[in-house]
Amino acid sequence: MSRRLRMWVLALGLAGLAGLLGAACFDLPDFGGDEHPYGDRAVRAALSHHTANVVSSVNFDLRAFDTLGEESILFGAVLGTVVLLRQTRDERHVEPAPARVSPPVRRYALYALPVTLVVGLYVVAHGQLSPGGGFQGGVVAATALHLLYIAVDYRALRRIRPVGRYEVADAAGEAAFVLLGAAAMLGGSAFLANSLLPYGEFNTLASGGTVPLLNAAIGMEVASAVVVLLARFLDQAVEIEESPKPPDNPDEPGVNAP
Amino acid sequence: MDDVLIVITLLLVAASATAAVAVRDPVRQALVLSLLGLTLAALFTVLQAPDVALSQLAVGTALTPLLLTLAVRKVHRRPHTRDDGRGGETTGSTGTTGNAAAEERGE
Repeated sequence: MSRRLRMWVLALGLAGLAGLLGAACFDLPDFGGDEHPYGDRAVRAALSHHTANVVSSVNFDLRAFDTLGEESILFGAVLGTVVLLRQTRDERHVEPAPARVSPPVRRYALYALPVTLVVGLYVVAHGQLSPGGGFQGGVVAATALHLLYIAVDYRALRRIRPVGRYEVADAAGEAAFVLLGAAAMLGGSAFLANSLLPYGEFNTLASGGTVPLLNAAIGMEVASAVVVLLARFLDQAVEIEESPKPPDNPDEPGVNAP
Repeated sequence: MDDVLIVITLLLVAASATAAVAVRDPVRQALVLSLLGLTLAALFTVLQAPDVALSQLAVGTALTPLLLTLAVRKVHRRPHTRDDGRGGETTGSTGTTGNAAAEERGE
């Protein structure tokens, strides 16, 4: 197929897509209208399961299976990062020296750290009640830890962040979601159906059936995933360095061994 | 009133998104990206989507620019076999003070 013909095929496809999208746009409901067929049904379903935050009800109850997919995407991404950003044979480990941090930066970061951490945990814990949830709170809590890197230096961060344990916690969060879904099946319902626990009193922390549990599993998975992800990037940026003289023939390490 | 807010935040989003494309230096681009995340979070809040706004704030404003700056730093930090004109770097342990942010400022 010549280049010219390929361009024509591409143009035809793009024109078709543009036409269909344009036609679809004319059928959309008006911006800011009063009629929300899907929203009304989602709110009704959320209220019937005593979940105050409808978005969490959609994420962890009505569409919990979608969330499992999204969680697995993050899990897979972290797995890929861990495999790709390891220390290779032609790289060496350089111990980072302590850095001097200006006092205002240090003070700000040290004050902000506990506040940010608590905000993150609060957002995770109240996912079923107010905006936010495991994903948002998990990212906030994980980034909060890294304020220690800004306030002190990399060695201080490394001390409070055993990456191995966070990797285990990442896998445990992912597994907990699947196991909670399977538990619903054992209870005689569908996978990830919200049928295990009593729905509780509306607008309390324990309301929503399995929503708070799935939310907590996501929080744990996301927080650990972000910590592991940033740890791998930081290792690359701070500690791992290409060797000055890469071995010419990596198959014969004895020749170039120092 | 709501419409005015929506239009203002939309314009802010468009302006910072254009700036993110126009800035060519990747480190500065990461900072502008952070600003874009902030304006997007404001837009989502105005459109009554606080959950999405929180996600945008956490990921778009904090995490993505951080990963970008770390990646840029890794790319810039080369071994010293190639002399790239930066004087004084004779030992193999330069650029390892353990605080990438401080070094980026120092350069």
